[in-house]
Formats: sequence, structure tokens, C-alpha cells
Amino acid sequence: MNENTQLEAREMHMPTEKIVARSDLYEMESSTVRTPDAEQRPVRVTARNVSVFYGPKQSLFDVSIDIPEKAVTAFIGPSGCGKSTFLRCFNRMNDTIEGCRVTGKISLDGGDIYDPALDVVELRARVGMVFQKPNPFPKSIYENVAYGPRIHGLARSKADMDAIVESSLQKASLWNEVKDRLHEPGTGLSGGQQQRLCIARAIAVSPEVILMDEPCSALDPIATARIEELIDELKQNYTIVIVTHSMQQAARVSQRTAFFHLGNLVEEGPTDLIFTSPGEKRTQDYITGRYG
Amino acid sequence: MTSNERLALVRAGLSARHRREKRFRFYGIAAIVLALGFVAMLFAMILSRGLPAFTQATFSLDVHFDPAIVKVDKKPVRSSEQSPAEYAKEISAWERKVTMVNWNKVIEAAVRNAAPETTANSREILSIVETNARFELRDMFVADPALLGKTVPVRMLASANADNWLKGNIDRSLPDAQQQLRDPARALADQLMAEGKIRNAFAWHIFTNVDSRSAPASAGLAGAFVGSLYMILVVIVLAVPIGVMSAVYLEEFAPKNRFTDLIEVNINNLAAVPSIVFGLLGAAVFINYFRLPLSAPLAGGLVLTLMTLPTVIIATRSALRAVPPSLRQAALGLGASKTQTVFHHVLPVTYPGILTATIIGVAQALGETAPLLLIGMNAFVAQVPATPLDQSSALPVQIFLWQGNENRNFFEARTSAAIIVLLGLMLTLNAIAIFLRSKLEKRA
Repeated sequence: MNENTQLEAREMHMPTEKIVARSDLYEMESSTVRTPDAEQRPVRVTARNVSVFYGPKQSLFDVSIDIPEKAVTAFIGPSGCGKSTFLRCFNRMNDTIEGCRVTGKISLDGGDIYDPALDVVELRARVGMVFQKPNPFPKSIYENVAYGPRIHGLARSKADMDAIVESSLQKASLWNEVKDRLHEPGTGLSGGQQQRLCIARAIAVSPEVILMDEPCSALDPIATARIEELIDELKQNYTIVIVTHSMQQAARVSQRTAFFHLGNLVEEGPTDLIFTSPGEKRTQDYITGRYG
Repeated sequence: MTSNERLALVRAGLSARHRREKRFRFYGIAAIVLALGFVAMLFAMILSRGLPAFTQATFSLDVHFDPAIVKVDKKPVRSSEQSPAEYAKEISAWERKVTMVNWNKVIEAAVRNAAPETTANSREILSIVETNARFELRDMFVADPALLGKTVPVRMLASANADNWLKGNIDRSLPDAQQQLRDPARALADQLMAEGKIRNAFAWHIFTNVDSRSAPASAGLAGAFVGSLYMILVVIVLAVPIGVMSAVYLEEFAPKNRFTDLIEVNINNLAAVPSIVFGLLGAAVFINYFRLPLSAPLAGGLVLTLMTLPTVIIATRSALRAVPPSLRQAALGLGASKTQTVFHHVLPVTYPGILTATIIGVAQALGETAPLLLIGMNAFVAQVPATPLDQSSALPVQIFLWQGNENRNFFEARTSAAIIVLLGLMLTLNAIAIFLRSKLEKRA
């Protein structure tokens, strides 16, 4: 689509050399999927043998994973490990990058999301996304939240729309801060507020799954704590997949964690298990801070 | 190397670095001062030459519609048994008779009445009055036949030669043979000026009259101004939507391949094509092939549109490229389609940029002369075009024509006046653009 996005995406996969150098200690192997234990939840999204190519370069290798419903699944791993790339497969944002190709199968509630007959607009109405940098539209706070419902025709009247905007902002715990200035520009809010506005905007369409691509990396610790609280509340109603650089964050907010390295899913399982007794040495090295 | 030695090395280079910095700053300031100096000189010259042209020597005379000179019957009144055609015929016969009246005699009498002791003969008297004054008197009389036998105050323009003489545009010490007016006429003009019967009045007619060759003092810009407005309109109506849509398609939708690369290179090249080439193209395509009327603002506007399109496309594309990808991702992530993303979010952010580009393009088009010469817009047109299909002149072409007029010392000032009007129009356009842009930016 445009060069910037492409470059950005390329950059994410640039620093592989360094990692290769460090990881040749380990033998490469395909993803090890541990059986989920105690917390048995219905599976919402399944990915099977997903590989992603940017032009001739393969960035993700045969990843298979199950995302449970109404829980937070965290993707962790060093920079360039493919976790963001993988996340973007779930709402087909990779489609917008020229030269990007996805193979394998991802299904949402049993339906293949890469089915050519499926409308990507419909998919994105079901799978919302929150980005790394807060990116509110340069419009009013109200318009930011109302935009999704409006293009999808979810509100029948002005009153309907007002109700959607209010409940979305409330769910994003932003309502009390902005209720008196709904018609001021959303770009005038603080960074943390902007990110919560973006979350409100995503949930205004009532998606089933919310993807979050390092939602706190541009925020200070206080704003981060608020977003984390919010994620914790949101998981009552939504299936959340979050990519994060911070292992503490993954430990705090997620129920399941998947560790990616060099485009491979190394290990995936209940968060406490991953952090206390990882099955792979690479995982252990990463979470104990030996590289990454 | 000790740390002291290292410090000494750094210090040794420091003064040279500071000097370089100072020198560079000086160059920058010198360049700006030079540029501003030239701009100031240009404006000073245009204003000092052009402003006097906005006032013109004007007679205020008491004109007596002497029945001995104006020998015409009463204006016919339509009788009940007359058909409209017969009545019209009778009226036009009467008007013809009014035209045949020797109005110059009326003027001469009025001037003599104002300066009874003048030695000037009638030829000399008439040489200081604009030649179309007689038509103005005729029109006054046609409009109101009751003026017959009455004396009314009338304002009449002085002739271009008289205006020159009175404004001192002609060296007063020149011998008689080199003067445009004969001695008694010059003396008469000076006397009337001293007595206040000729005054320098604001020359409204510059804005309301069309170009004139037989009566240069009454020549105005109205036709060229309206012609230019029509052309701007054509350019805005065509170049903006076509240019913006092309840019949006090329930037947001078109696949990136050899063909689109080729298009891009060609658009960039088009922006550098000399404007006269567009004129040739316009003559070949719009005039010869599509048979648009010669000298019409529509044909001119189309040529200028071709010239402006690359500017608009290039500027819009760079404005679109400057839109952060996060904005597109935000909209796409919400499930907006590509078109919705572009039209709801990306394009609105670029409005200020597009607006600026449009104004620059339109201002460029407004001042363009060369391509218009090739499609016949340098013709002498003495009418205000009623539609873009009528023959017309344009402001820069009018400047070009006046600049070449043989009545040099009168039209030099007139040319500068026309330049002032053109610059005024451009400044107005720019002001509108700045106003709109700040408004749009505030909204965003």
C-alpha cells in the first residue's frame, strides 16, 4: 500500500542477524504446543501452519496456536521475532503491505478468515485492533468513537449513537474524563487518554476479538497501569490478543503466553507455567533476561 | 595523547568552525536582503508608475444642449395605431438623427464658455477632450431628450495627450514640433486646470470600461478582468477535481509497477514543459480539433488547466505521502474500506496542502501570457465577455497589449496600473487561500 508501512514492517524483521548469532546455541525446531491445562476455555481463534513472507523473505514459520475466548493471550519475544506480524494476520492487516503473503489457515469461530469469499471489512468489524502508537483520528472525541459504528451502520438514530459512544468510553474508562468535552479534538488528549480513546473506538464496533500491538510501549508507567487495568476488565467480554515487549506486562495481564523467536512459536501455554517452569531453554533464557 | 592535548586540538579547530558558521549565516542573510531588495524595487517601480494612472484629468463643464446645434425633432411617441415594428423603426431613425448632430460643437461651446478668452481654435480645443465625450453626450440626450435647451454639469475625460501634459509626463521644455498638443491647447489645458475646471479624479472607468484604441484615455480593464475570472473559474472547476482524483488514484490505489512509474515520470516532466508549448497544444486540440471559438476564455481556461494539472497532482501526491501511515491503519483496522479510509481520513488531512497547491497553480495560470497568445487571446476585444465562450482578453495579455501601445507615455502608466490590478487579484487569491487554510487547519 505505501512504502512507509512496508518499511516499518521490514524494519521489525531487521535485527535478525544479532539474534541468529546468539541463538545458534539452540537447535531450530518447530513450535512446541503444550496442552492447555486447568483453565479450559472454548477456543475462539485457531491458527494452523501460518507462515508469512515479505517478498522472498519468510518472517513467520509454520505457527499454530489456539486463542481461548474471553481471556488475554500475550505474544512475547525479542524484536523481529514475528509476533506483531502474526498478530496482524488475525485481522488481515498484512493485506495492506505490498508483497506480503500469508499461507496456512486461520479460523475465527470455525470460519476461514483467508477465504477469498470473506469480506475483509466484515472481518475487521469482528476483529478490532489497537496500535502501538495512539492514533486517534484528527477529529472530535465523539467522532473518533462514532466512526466505526457509523460506517458499519450499527446505530439507527442519533440517540443510539450517543449511547454507543457513551458506553464505549465508559468501558474504556475514559468517560468521566472526557464527557464534558466530547466535541473537542481527540488529538488534544494525553498519550494515555488517546490510547484509551483508541480502545474505546475499537470496542464501539463490538468486536469479538481485540488485537493489541504493544499498546503501552509509547506510554508512561501510570498510563500503562491504567491500560493494563482496562485490559483486565475488558477480558470479561472480549477475546484479547496482546503483543508486548514487557514480560512483566505479559505476566500481569495475560492468562496465556506464547513465546516467539526468529519467526517461530517456541512455546505456548498458561502464563504462570511459562514464567515459572518454561519447557524450553530459549524461553527460560528470554524471560530471565539473558537475551532479547 | 593526553586529555589536555586532545582539548588543545579541539580548541584549535573551534574558531575555524565558528567562522564557518558565521560566514554561512552571513551568506543566508545577504541572500535574503538581496531578494527583498529586488522585490521592494519592483514594487516601488510598479507603484510609482502605476498609481498616477488611477487618477485622470477630468473636465467638469456646464454643457448647454443648444437647440441651435442640436437640431432634432421631439423623440417620437408611440401612437395607438402604430405597430411595435413601426415604432422601433421610427425610434432608430430619430436616434440616427441624434447621432448626426455635431456634438463636438456642443463640447467646444462648453469649453469656450469655461475659458472665454482662449485663443485656441476648435481643433485645438477638441484635442484636449477625449474623443468619446461626444458619444457620451449623445447617449445622455437619447436617454433624456428633455435636456434640449438646458444647461447641465457634465464630467468628461481629458484626452490622453492632455492628461500627459498636465501630469508632466512630457518634458514641458520641448519645442513645439515635438509636443503632442499645440501651444494654444496646452495653454488652455493649464488654464482650465488652474481654474479647477479640470481636476484629477479617480479613474473608475479603468474598472468599468473595456479596452479602447480610438479613445485611449477611456480604456479600461473590465473585459480583461472578466476574461481572467472566467479562466480562473474554468481552471478551478477542471484542474482541482481532475488533479486531486488523479493524485489520489496514483498514490492510494494504483499498483506500483513500470506503467505507473512511467506515468509519474511524465507528470513530473509535464510540470517543466514551457507554457508556450501548452499554447500550441491548445491551438491544435481545442481550436483546430474541437472547434472551440478563438479568443474564448473557455479555450484559454482549458489550456491553463493542462498547465496547472501537473502542479496540482504533484502537490497533492506529496501531501498524501506526508499523511502518517498510522492514520490509514487506524481506519483500516476499524473496518473502513479503502475508499472510506481515503475520503474520510486521509484526504481531509491533506486539504490545506491541496488548497495551497491549487492557489499556487491558479496564480501561475492567472499570470500566464504565452499560451494565451497562441490561441488568439491577444486580439483587441472591446467587450466584456458575457459567457466563457465569448471573445475576450485576459489581464496579462492586456498588460502585454498596452505595453506595446504606440501611445507610449500614456500607456506606460496604464500598463503599471494593470499590473497593480493583476497583483491585487493574486494577493486577494492568496489571502483567501491563507484564510481557508488556517480555518481548515483549525478544524483538523
